[in-house]
Amino acid sequence: MFESLQERLQEAFKRLRGKGKLTESDVNEALREVRLALLEADVNFRVVKSFVNRVKERAIGQEVLETLNPAQMVIKIVYEELVALMGGENVGLNMADRPPTIIMLCGLQGAGKTTHAAKLALKLKKEGKKPLLVAADVYRPAAIKQLEVLGSQVGVPVYSEGDQVSPVDIAARAVEHAAQERRDVIIVDTAGRLTIDDELMAELQQIKERLKPHDTLLVLDAMIGQDAVTTAEHFHGKLGIDGVILTKLDGDTRGGAALSVREVTGRPIKFVGVGEKLDALEPFHPDRMASRILGMGDVLTLIEKAQEQVDRKQAEEMAKKMLKAQFDFEDFLEQLRALQRMGPLQDILKMLPGVGAQLKDINVDEKELKHVEAIILSMTPKERRNPDIINVRRRERIARGSGRPIAEVHRLIKQFEQARKMMKQLGGMEKMMKRGKMPRLPGGGFGGLFGRR
Amino acid sequence: MAFFDRLKAGLQKTKEALIGQVNTVMSVFRKIDDELFDELEEALILGDVGVTTSTRLVEELRRRARQRGLKNGNELLPLLKELVAERLGDGIAPLNLNEGGLTVILVVGVNGVGKTTTIGKLARHLQEDRGLKVILAAADTFRAAAIDQLKVWGERAGAEVVAGPEGSDPAAVAFDGVKVARERGADVLIVDTAGRLHNKAHLMDELGKIARVLGREVPGAPHETLLVLDATTGQNALQQTKLFRETVPVTGIALTKLDGTAKGGVVVAITDTEQVPVKFIGVGERLDDLQPFDPKQFAEALFAE
Ligand SMILES: Nc1nc2c(ncn2[C@@H]2O[C@H](COP(=O)(O)OP(=O)(O)OP(=O)(O)O)[C@@H](O)[C@H]2O)c(=O)[nH]1
Ligand SMILES: Nc1nc2c(ncn2[C@@H]2O[C@H](COP(=O)(O)OP(=O)(O)O)[C@@H](O)[C@H]2O)c(=O)[nH]1
Ligand SMILES: [Mg+2]
Ligand SMILES: [Mg+2]
Repeated sequence: MFESLQERLQEAFKRLRGKGKLTESDVNEALREVRLALLEADVNFRVVKSFVNRVKERAIGQEVLETLNPAQMVIKIVYEELVALMGGENVGLNMADRPPTIIMLCGLQGAGKTTHAAKLALKLKKEGKKPLLVAADVYRPAAIKQLEVLGSQVGVPVYSEGDQVSPVDIAARAVEHAAQERRDVIIVDTAGRLTIDDELMAELQQIKERLKPHDTLLVLDAMIGQDAVTTAEHFHGKLGIDGVILTKLDGDTRGGAALSVREVTGRPIKFVGVGEKLDALEPFHPDRMASRILGMGDVLTLIEKAQEQVDRKQAEEMAKKMLKAQFDFEDFLEQLRALQRMGPLQDILKMLPGVGAQLKDINVDEKELKHVEAIILSMTPKERRNPDIINVRRRERIARGSGRPIAEVHRLIKQFEQARKMMKQLGGMEKMMKRGKMPRLPGGGFGGLFGRR
Repeated sequence: MAFFDRLKAGLQKTKEALIGQVNTVMSVFRKIDDELFDELEEALILGDVGVTTSTRLVEELRRRARQRGLKNGNELLPLLKELVAERLGDGIAPLNLNEGGLTVILVVGVNGVGKTTTIGKLARHLQEDRGLKVILAAADTFRAAAIDQLKVWGERAGAEVVAGPEGSDPAAVAFDGVKVARERGADVLIVDTAGRLHNKAHLMDELGKIARVLGREVPGAPHETLLVLDATTGQNALQQTKLFRETVPVTGIALTKLDGTAKGGVVVAITDTEQVPVKFIGVGERLDDLQPFDPKQFAEALFAE
C-alpha cells in the first residue's frame, strides 16, 4: 500500500533536475508527497499541516547540496525536522532523588499498560532495583491475575487487594507496603479508560494526587489513527503526563502517532514496545522513528540487532565488507545463518531501507533459505570467495550438487550481485548520512533474494 | 431504548467531532467551491477514512454534485452520507449460521482490540436474543490470564467455557471445543484466539492451523470468521484485514470501542477495497454493548445532527 516516499519523490522530481537553490515550486511539489506520506502514516491531519508549513518555510531558498537533487534535499530537511520534533536525545525514566520512585501507567483499553508495567519491572530489576508492581485495574476481568502472572514471570512481587477496593486506596496502601518491604520502585498498572469517561479520568487524577508519581506515562498503541491527538491531549490535560510508551511497534504500522503525540504534549516518547515477550522493550530513537514514518527503513536498528547476535567485531567486519560490496558467498552464508538466528526475517528485512515498500509481498520461506544454503554449499570455497568465476559449466555442476534446478542457481547468483550492488549504495548512504546528506536508493531492494509470494 | 436510539447514543461521541466539523462547514450558507470540498475531505481524513478513500469519495461527490446540478453547500452533506453508506455495503450483514448443525465462529485480530470482550457480548446476544446454546473455547493459551478473562465473560453470558492449560496447543483447545459443543448439543461454538500481529508469519500459521482443525471436525467450519478491529486504529487496519484474510477466510468485521472519541472511519476504506462487511460494533465494556452494524444508520449517525 505504501510506496516509499523516496520512490514517490524520485518520480515527482524526474523533471526537476535543477541545482542551486530550492524554489517554491520545487518545495511545493515535494511537500505534496510528504504530506501524503505523513497522512498515510496516520500522523494527525492538523499536525501534518503545521509540520509541512514549518518545513516549507525552512526549505525555500535553501542551497541544494552538491550531491543531492531537490527531492533528496527536501527529504533531508523533512527528516531532520522530524527528528528534531520528536526530541533530540533519548530520555529515560524520571527517578526519585530519594526512593521510592513511583511510576504510573495510564492509557486507553488494550494499549499495553499491564504488559509494559511488567516490562519496566524487568528492566529495573536487571538494573539492580527492587520494583513492586501494583494491581490498580479492578475493572477488567482477570486483570489482576494477568499482572500477577506477568509479575511472577519477571520475578517481581505484585501488590493487590482484589477487585472490590478502590484503586486509589490500593495505590496508596501499596506505597506503605513498599516501604515495609523495602521496594524502591513502585509501578502502578491502571485500568484502560476512554478520555471521555469523566468518572474514570477523575479516578486517575486522584491516584496521581495521592501518589505524586515521579513519572506518569501514557501507554499508546502505535497503530492508533487520528484519535492519537485527542487521546494525548486529554490524558495530558487532565493528568499531566511526563512521557509516552509507544507499543506494538513490532507490527508494520508506520507509527505516525509518535509525531502527533509529541507535537500536542511536548512530552518525550521514552520507550517503545516491540513484542509480547517481557524483554521486548527498547529506548525510543527519534531518528529511527523518523525513518519509519517516512518509510525509509532503519539501518541503525538493523546494525544494532546484528551486533546482538554476531560477535561485535565480526559484525563490523561484515558490515564493512558488505558496504564495500566485497562480501562473497562465504560471508553471505554466514550472514544467512546469523539472520536465521536473529529471529523472524521479516522483522530484519523491514529495517532495510528500500525494503519496507516491497515487504508486503515478501514471504520469507525458510525452505527457500535451505535451498539457497544448499546451493552455496555446493560451490567450491574458491567459487564462494570469487563469485565472478562461476561460469555456466560451474553453475551446472552446482545445480547437480545441490539438487536444485539450474534456473535457481542463476537466480541466486544474479540476486547476489544485485544485493552486492545495493549494499554498496547503502555504504555510500552511510557516509552521506554522516555528512548529513541523503542517499538515493535502488528500487529493487533485498526482497528478491528471498522470493515472493 | 429502541435500537436506533441506542445506536445513536453509542455513536454519539463518535460522531461529534466529525459532525462538528461538517456542521461548521454546512451551517453557514455557502457556495459549492473547492474550499468546501477540501474541508469535507479534511473531515473524512480526521475520521480515519484515509487519504486515498477520502480523495476518492470527494471526487465522486464532485461528480455527482455536478450531475445533479447542486448549487448550495448544504446539499452536499446528504450526498456525502449516501456515498459513505454505499461504500459500507447494502443492509445489515447477518451472521453466517450453519442451520441445523453446529455453527463455529472463529474470532481473530491483533492484540488488545477486544476479541474476548466481543465474544462475551456475542454469546449473550446469541443465547438471549436468539435462543441458541453457545459454548466458548479458550484458544488464547498464550496471554497471561486470558483463559480466566474468558471464563468471567462465559459466566456473565451464561455460556460454558472449554479450556486447556495455559501454554497448550490452541488447535487442541479448538478441537476439544467442538467435542464438548457436540456432547452438550450446543448450536454455536465461539473460539477465542490470542491476539497476533498480522506480520508475524509463525503466529499466522498457528491461526491457520486452528481454522484447519475446525474445518476438519465440522464441515464448512469456521462458518463465520470475525476479524475484530479497534476503532482507534488508523490506516494499519487495512493491512490487518488484508493479511488476516490471507490466512483465514474472514467473513465479517466487528468494530470495537466506538463509544470513544475515535471514529472508526477506516472501515469505509476497508469495505471499499476488501469487500468484507462490518457485522457488529462494540460500544462499551458491558455485556449488552454490542450492536449490529447497519451501513445506512452508521453513515447517518456519523453525519446526522
Ligand atoms: N505484539 C505486541 N503485543 C503487545 C505489545 N504490548 C502489549 N501487547 C499485547 O497487547 C495486548 C494488550 O496488552 P495489555 O498489556 O493487556 O494491555 P492493557 O493496556 O493493560 O489492556 P487493558 O488492561 O485491557 O486496558 C496483549 O495481548 C499483549 O500481549 C507489544 O509491544 N507488541
Ligand atoms: N470502551 C470500550 N472498551 C472495549 C470495547 N471492547 C473491548 N474493550 C476493552 O478493550 C480491552 C481489550 O479487550 P480484550 O477483549 O481483552 O481484547 P483482546 O486482547 O482482543 O481479547 C479491555 O480492557 C476491554 O474491556 C468497547 O467496545 N468499548
Ligand atoms: Mg491491563
Ligand atoms: Mg483476548
